[in-house]
Amino acid sequence: MSAVAARVPRLEHVGRVTQARVFLSEWTKFRSLRSTLWSLGVGMLLTVAFPILFAFVTSARWGHMSPEERASRSPMDIALAGVNVAQLAIAVLGVLVISGEYSTGMIRATMTAVPKRLPVLWAKVGLYALVSFVLMVPAVFVAFFASQAILDRHHILQISISQPGVARSLLGGALYVTLVGVFALGIGAIVRNTAGGIATFSGIFFVIPPLMNILPTSWNNAISQYLPSEAGRQLFALQHADHTLTPLAGGLLMVAYCAFVVGLAAFLLVRRDV
Amino acid sequence: MIEARGLTKDYGEKRAVDGLSFTVEPGVVTGFLGPNGSGKSTTMRLILGLDRPTTGDVTVNGKHYRDHAAPLHEVGALLEARSVHTGRSAYNHLLALAQTHGIPKRRVQELIDLVGLHDVARKRAGQFSLGMGQRLGIATALLGDPSTVILDEPVNGLDPEGIHWIRNLLKGLAAEGRTVFVSSHLMSEMSLTADRLVVIGRGKLIADTTVEDFVERASEKIVLVRSPEAERLRDALAGPGISFVDAERGALEVHGLSAEQIGDAAAAAGIALHELTPQQATLEEAFMNLTREDVEFGHVEEGVAA
Ligand SMILES: Nc1ncnc2c1ncn2[C@@H]1O[C@H](COP(=O)(O)OP(=O)(O)OP(=O)(O)O)[C@@H](O)[C@H]1O
Ligand SMILES: [Mg+2]
Repeated sequence: MSAVAARVPRLEHVGRVTQARVFLSEWTKFRSLRSTLWSLGVGMLLTVAFPILFAFVTSARWGHMSPEERASRSPMDIALAGVNVAQLAIAVLGVLVISGEYSTGMIRATMTAVPKRLPVLWAKVGLYALVSFVLMVPAVFVAFFASQAILDRHHILQISISQPGVARSLLGGALYVTLVGVFALGIGAIVRNTAGGIATFSGIFFVIPPLMNILPTSWNNAISQYLPSEAGRQLFALQHADHTLTPLAGGLLMVAYCAFVVGLAAFLLVRRDV
Repeated sequence: MIEARGLTKDYGEKRAVDGLSFTVEPGVVTGFLGPNGSGKSTTMRLILGLDRPTTGDVTVNGKHYRDHAAPLHEVGALLEARSVHTGRSAYNHLLALAQTHGIPKRRVQELIDLVGLHDVARKRAGQFSLGMGQRLGIATALLGDPSTVILDEPVNGLDPEGIHWIRNLLKGLAAEGRTVFVSSHLMSEMSLTADRLVVIGRGKLIADTTVEDFVERASEKIVLVRSPEAERLRDALAGPGISFVDAERGALEVHGLSAEQIGDAAAAAGIALHELTPQQATLEEAFMNLTREDVEFGHVEEGVAA
């Protein structure tokens, strides 16, 4: 190592810790990790790529489909197919945003700089929600117009952005992924461990819902609509069955779940040792 | 200034820190000594509010650490465990921490230069060697120009040049009037750097004193005596709590009596003395004597020397 000086230069002015400064600090952390950029890139790519892929496949197979099968195809299912995949990338990154600090020990530096702790959680949640939403909105619109353009060449499954519920579904898809990210971040803050956080999230979003099918149908219909994944996906569902919530109710319930998880994370963050 | 009052921390059944009270004053380097597992790192985490005490209290500059408006300006800390995201560069690591206090980018660059990391500042910290990681930790500690500096085993992994640098740095920081609290296993290191010592064993305070006083207190009285009538001298000095060890060339090590006591006894018995030399214990020996009963994991010699 090269020679170093022994005197520490003085600093003329040191500011106090504010929420805005912590937010800026979290932004620097966020953009300076290659893994976050990768996950976000993959999330966006999947959101756009899957609808394009499904549009091509559907176009190619259209001639071989029975009328019933054709009737069961929906342009919005194709346009938002990527959302189901992107949510996994966004969820994993959400867990990592906080669990990565615990696994590397960075959390000790973070909490030494911001010993009140909560501003860090608020900044992480706010920043991650903002970034996810800002990236997902263009992604779902690109997915919609791209898949429609491909289907249009075969004059099939056309739907207009101005039709009732279409724009809402697209924005709802972006909002859903954003909320999934917030939920996962909260889980990561509670579990404080990457593998455990991803497992817990997957359990809630991908394991419990299919298990509900084992229940008697009436029970399943009564319960499933209130699961976070089911409630949340009403945000981007165009049609609604009797046993599903409305987009507004589902969305609000999903927001409530996120608030609960983040609230629990906040409660634990101030109480536990780092 | 750090003030601990009755500081106690339990991890489940395990009492890591046990009723510690001490004060670390500004303007001097205070060494924090104790065998492995005696609670040094835990105490430092308690000071920073990373862990909450079970009972008792510790303040920095009169307030709990978390109640300061600009904590990094009050305390800069290097913890034992690495506290850096392995995927982030040293520059961005420091920048992110600086931004929480509105500290300018210029300062980040200044510190990178200060600790000698300019060539690797844009590399991911996960690729850093132990010594480079330690230097980054020291840069982190000094970022906010803190009035109190807390360093947990700062020389860990540093090369001789780095150790020399740390030594001068600590003295310089203290000379500027800052509070410097530094733990180390290397007693020799402390004897070169520290002015005061806080010594703990099994979480309990053993000594809070100056380095000289500590050595004095812990020194078993040992005097080297040379006499043509060694046998008669033994008989004249013998008593409870007094023992003899044969040293080279007819000399005798007397344990348990001062040089004055031995000289007087020899004169009273009419025994000639050719040499009468009190043996000063080193800080290392003093530390081992005082913490012998308090060592957590047995094997005092290996444990402490490691
Ligand atoms: N988070 C924790 N959970 C449980 N036990 C802990 C925790 N931290 C420390 N301990 C225990 O508390 C005791 C004191 O540990 P500490 O790390 O403070 O000692 P130390 O003096 O720093 O030791 P060393 O010289 O080896 O660094 C040890 O017995 C340790 O096992
Ligand atoms: Mg330690």
